Amino acid sequence: MIYFSNTKILSILLVIFIALMFAVPNFFTKDQLNSFPSFIPKQQVNLGLDLQGGSHLLLEVDTVEIIKERLENLNSDVRRVLKKNNIQYSNFKNTEDNLKFVVEEFPAEIQKEILEISVSNSQNILQMGDQTNLVITRDDNQVSISFTDEFIKLAVSNAVAQSLEIVRRRIDELGTREPSIQRQGSSRIIIQLPGIDDPDRIKALLGQTAKLTFQLVDTSTNYDPLNPKKAPVGSEILSSDTDDSFKYIVKKRVMVGGENLVDAQPGFDPQTNEPIVSFRFDRLGASKFGRVTQQNVGKPFAIILDDTVISAPVIREAILGGSGQISGGFDSEEANDLAILLRAGALPAPLIILEERSVGPDLGADSIEAGQYAAIIGFVAVIIFMMFVYRYFGFLADIALIINLFMVLGILSLFQATLTLPGIAGIILTIGMAVDANVLIFERIKEEIRSGSKMINAVGNGYKRALSTILDANITTLIAAVILFFMASGPVRGFSITLAIGIFTSVFTAFTFTRLLISIYAKSLKPSLVGMKIND
Amino acid sequence: MIDIANTKINFLKSRIITFIFSSILVVLSFGAFFVSGLNFGIDFKGGTLIEIETENEIEIAGLRDNLNTLSLGDVQVQEFGSKNNLLIRVEQQSGGDQIQQNVVEIVKNSLDSYLSSEVNFRRTEVVGPKVSGELIQSGAIAILAAVFAMLIYIWFRFEWQFSLGAVVALIHDVILTIGVFSITQLEFNLPIIAAILTIVGYSMNDTVVVYDRVRENLRKHRSKNIIDLLNLSINETLSRTIVTSVTTLLALLSLFIFGGEVIKGFTFAMIWGVVVGTYSSIFVAAPLLNYLDVKREWNTTSAVDSTR
Repeated sequence: MIYFSNTKILSILLVIFIALMFAVPNFFTKDQLNSFPSFIPKQQVNLGLDLQGGSHLLLEVDTVEIIKERLENLNSDVRRVLKKNNIQYSNFKNTEDNLKFVVEEFPAEIQKEILEISVSNSQNILQMGDQTNLVITRDDNQVSISFTDEFIKLAVSNAVAQSLEIVRRRIDELGTREPSIQRQGSSRIIIQLPGIDDPDRIKALLGQTAKLTFQLVDTSTNYDPLNPKKAPVGSEILSSDTDDSFKYIVKKRVMVGGENLVDAQPGFDPQTNEPIVSFRFDRLGASKFGRVTQQNVGKPFAIILDDTVISAPVIREAILGGSGQISGGFDSEEANDLAILLRAGALPAPLIILEERSVGPDLGADSIEAGQYAAIIGFVAVIIFMMFVYRYFGFLADIALIINLFMVLGILSLFQATLTLPGIAGIILTIGMAVDANVLIFERIKEEIRSGSKMINAVGNGYKRALSTILDANITTLIAAVILFFMASGPVRGFSITLAIGIFTSVFTAFTFTRLLISIYAKSLKPSLVGMKIND
Repeated sequence: MIDIANTKINFLKSRIITFIFSSILVVLSFGAFFVSGLNFGIDFKGGTLIEIETENEIEIAGLRDNLNTLSLGDVQVQEFGSKNNLLIRVEQQSGGDQIQQNVVEIVKNSLDSYLSSEVNFRRTEVVGPKVSGELIQSGAIAILAAVFAMLIYIWFRFEWQFSLGAVVALIHDVILTIGVFSITQLEFNLPIIAAILTIVGYSMNDTVVVYDRVRENLRKHRSKNIIDLLNLSINETLSRTIVTSVTTLLALLSLFIFGGEVIKGFTFAMIWGVVVGTYSSIFVAAPLLNYLDVKREWNTTSAVDSTR
């Protein structure tokens, strides 16, 4: 256990050297690093949001809405098929996960037709092929139609992927520094925004689905406050963005939608100097828009965002160029945000904010400072204590401890793992626990000497006999760290990372570097007990 | 140079007393847990937490009264580290995840108008009911999984008797940690779960070192009476147990004193855990082996192997 070949010595030193090289950049500023030669690694430890300041948001795609919307579409398809085939039905209703109605007869061809329509309507979202996506059950005269589980899963997964893309576009539009946007689980999105400690604006941007539609105002009737729910068939009541007391009655049919927009830019109306958003349609949108405006000159045309009427200007003349503008009493930031939303596109379903954690830059800097301070003091205390207890061997363990710390930093930098405040705590804990492997070995060596071994044999046997204990003892802590890693997220996860790295480096240094030092020392000695006074 | 080796302390002599002592602590912990419960932080209870810093000292009672008029339910205000740093906690609002988002805005506006000096918002955390429910569940699962994993690992590496003794000591440590948080009513949040898991690892680490020596002595001294053998093993590893505990405590104390307010609770839990874990490996885990009928006939060839 105490003889090392030259290759072994070299590789031990090389591993340590590489780890040190990767740790070094953390002690310089970015500018200093840039002036260094190119062979020196420049990656610094990645600081977590709790240390550099920033905002963490956990969002969930409202999957219930997705299914609800699909069921509503299905509802009108099914009714159409039934009507077309002159099938009498009653009690037609949508529940949360199916459609229900009562029929006298329900022939197989009709079922087949419904299935075909549903499949062809869903083709745009899914690679389901011709596989059916509906379950039709009939109990006496009661028919219920629901989507298959596979279809629901696929629809949700699709909507989440789409949401992720739109969230990314919206945040990118704001010019945020290095945002991280990731999917988590089946329906969640994690957003990390370094440097943003007040995410109000982003939350507001993400809180809107931004579904833009142009619909005609129903001029056949006026909104009746005494009878607030009543709208003519085919129309709906929508609130106004600018006036809380006023409601619009709008025809349900969507004439043109936001999906046909190709561009939207904030600007100012040259006459009123009011902030506006100007937009441009694609070819299909432009021709639809042109046709509608041509046929409805003199009628009010509602511009609707997320079921709220932004404005309803009267069409003065046909707009054939495919571009237009929205003004709705907003300020220039609102105009800017609306343009961002329209450019990025609509979310397929609303997003719900489940969790928000924001840390200001001051607190982050304070935490780093406090962490460094605690690390240095803890480190000095441990070093002094080890020298006090083990004298020369303690000194060797202290050198190993320093190398250990550099290795933890080096590995964190190399793998670009994230260092968090609990992560710093993990490193400090490692300072205390890393000496354990050496302590176990030293105690073994002492015992060997006490029972009469020569120093050189005592070192060899000490290492040999401490090995299994050290492995067992460290594996238990490692198991705890691994469980923590899988269970936790965010800052706490950083703790499990540094703890685990610390375990590896401390066992590694104890069995390579300290062993090397002690072997050199033991071999250089006359078989005396210098440095290890024994009391008996 | 300190030498704690060659001690001949009879640790098992007072085992009945230490068992009773431990049992009382466990019962006290259970009592405190069921009477006052844990003071869950927003990670587990949901709600909003805002840390602010101001130029001038703020009169807490006045601010608290002001915030409690906002009809957000219970609002707590406490000093956090210094007189200029305050922690504001607002309980979870009823009405689902989306509703919680309004709280921050309402509190911020109210603070801006109530306090004359500039307010620095250092930290804002909002945890909705869905996430807090999941966190409490995954925290509990993590602790159970860790204890179970230790049980399996020790069983695999030793014998079931050792595994049982170690896990009893481990559960003892976890209960006492939850107990001390119930008694002190210190905030119990996500990092505390991390601390408990670390305690599980640390306590096991300590126990394994003692057990390892017990196993070795079982092979070496076949005729020795088990009590003497356990005492011998504890004494032989005592020096290491103390040195490692001291270095770990030195590092943790430094973190506790200088590491800042945010991780104080976390560090406190670990300091407590190291003390309890060290105690339990000497006074719970090892003496328990006396009652668990450990196997004396270890495989002779491997015994020869590891004793030179």
